[in-house]
Amino acid sequence: MPGSTDNLIEVRDLRQKIGTQEILRGVNLDIPRGETLVLLGQSGGGKSVFLRHLIGLMRPVSGSIRIDGEEIAHLDERELEPVRRKIGMLFQDGALFDSMTVFDNIAFPLRERGERNEKVIREKVAHALELVCLQGQEGKMPVNLSGGMRKRASLARAIISEPSCILYDEPTAGLDPIVSDTINRLIRRLQSQLHVTSIVVTHDMVSTNHIADRVALLREGKIHFSGSLAQLHDTTDPVIRDFVEGRSREID
Amino acid sequence: MKFPYTFPLTRAFCLYLGQAAFLAWEMFCSIFAGRIRWGIVLHQIVEIGFGSQAVVIITGIFTGAVFTAQIFFQFNALNMSTAVGPVVSIALCRELGPVLTGLMVAGRVGAAMSAEIGTMKVTEQIDALRALAVNPIDYLVVPRAVAMMISMPLLVGECIFFALTASYIVATSMLNVNSVFFLHHMWRYTHGKDMVMALTKGFVFAIIVVIVGCQQGLGTKNGAVGVGRSTTDAVVISSLSILMINFFLTMALNMVFPAGGGGY
Repeated sequence: MPGSTDNLIEVRDLRQKIGTQEILRGVNLDIPRGETLVLLGQSGGGKSVFLRHLIGLMRPVSGSIRIDGEEIAHLDERELEPVRRKIGMLFQDGALFDSMTVFDNIAFPLRERGERNEKVIREKVAHALELVCLQGQEGKMPVNLSGGMRKRASLARAIISEPSCILYDEPTAGLDPIVSDTINRLIRRLQSQLHVTSIVVTHDMVSTNHIADRVALLREGKIHFSGSLAQLHDTTDPVIRDFVEGRSREID
Repeated sequence: MKFPYTFPLTRAFCLYLGQAAFLAWEMFCSIFAGRIRWGIVLHQIVEIGFGSQAVVIITGIFTGAVFTAQIFFQFNALNMSTAVGPVVSIALCRELGPVLTGLMVAGRVGAAMSAEIGTMKVTEQIDALRALAVNPIDYLVVPRAVAMMISMPLLVGECIFFALTASYIVATSMLNVNSVFFLHHMWRYTHGKDMVMALTKGFVFAIIVVIVGCQQGLGTKNGAVGVGRSTTDAVVISSLSILMINFFLTMALNMVFPAGGGGY
């Protein structure tokens, strides 16, 4: 329901252009608190661009983005800081700070928010590492971690300050099926243990089936479909069927 | 004809100046608002100031030595060999010391800043900072700027000291200039205002190197190729800016601290 207080995120008529190309052409989407929404779409279709708008990393050409009732579309960098503290983000390649160890990366948000008690920091980092199954890796530099470990360390950094919402940008891209399954279980576990709202951008249907409460499909800059997993699998819409079944019509 | 947009280079130059001005404005706003992370500042002082000493000292020593020799060869023909001291000293304080230090630091530190921040930009680490509610200007630019503003005047002073020491050694040991006359004349014609001019220039060049280096880094695009281009541009732009601004700075500072004078 537009405007309902049950929604943590409300997006209205969001438009974005990069150069002359219109990436988002009027996206409308509500995300209720505690829900895990999977945003599907083709590569280069604007999913990551949409996600970046939700944390203010990109500003829309027009449209409205409300986070927890607060309009953020036109806030400047400093005004966005309180909003960003409510949201964690997992970047596609982890985006760990390569000059810091895993421990310092994960402790970074705590230190930046004024936590000076090293004992408290150590305990919280240990708990976050346990949640992402990365115990014993805190002394390593990011360059010495595998792709899956980097993503899990990045997830630990995103959750350590207990955000009410986590944005995942292609969390399983480039990972083997076993590590992908670990990440999927983690997302599920975080939702059940921390009750966070999650928005997961992916084109991985296995992952979608595992974690989604609701699925939205972004196509040609608009939300083409929004519904439950059952509705996604039952639909007869050929565009969605092609996507779900991984079928291309371009070459036969 | 729509001037200046008719000329792409003019447009690019105006755009660059505008971006640099915005970055400088945000940086000074952060500094005056007290958003300074002193821990990172100290780390940067070690990286920038302490780490640049060898380059600056070697530059100072050999510039002082060769400048002394050349001045001596010219002045000795006129029986003015004892004037070598003041000429070298004033030239080093007012021009060569700050400019050469600025150029060496632009090459070493400006390039490193641009490469480090540029790599962070293309690997989404800058976005990660923003997503964690940390302003990249506060975290990356301000500590580097404060460290440079502290380090550069000290490096300029150090460069001049070693250049004058080398000058004294070359003049008295190799060129047989009378050491008492050398020191006496140098002391007589070199004033505190010459040193103030050197340190002021060092301070201004520090700001130029930081703004250009960080601006290039934050504007990096297109992966590894972009990082390489930003780094090269940072060194070229900051070096040329130092040389050009030095002229205007000399003219302006000469009004406040006029050259000449001396005597008893």
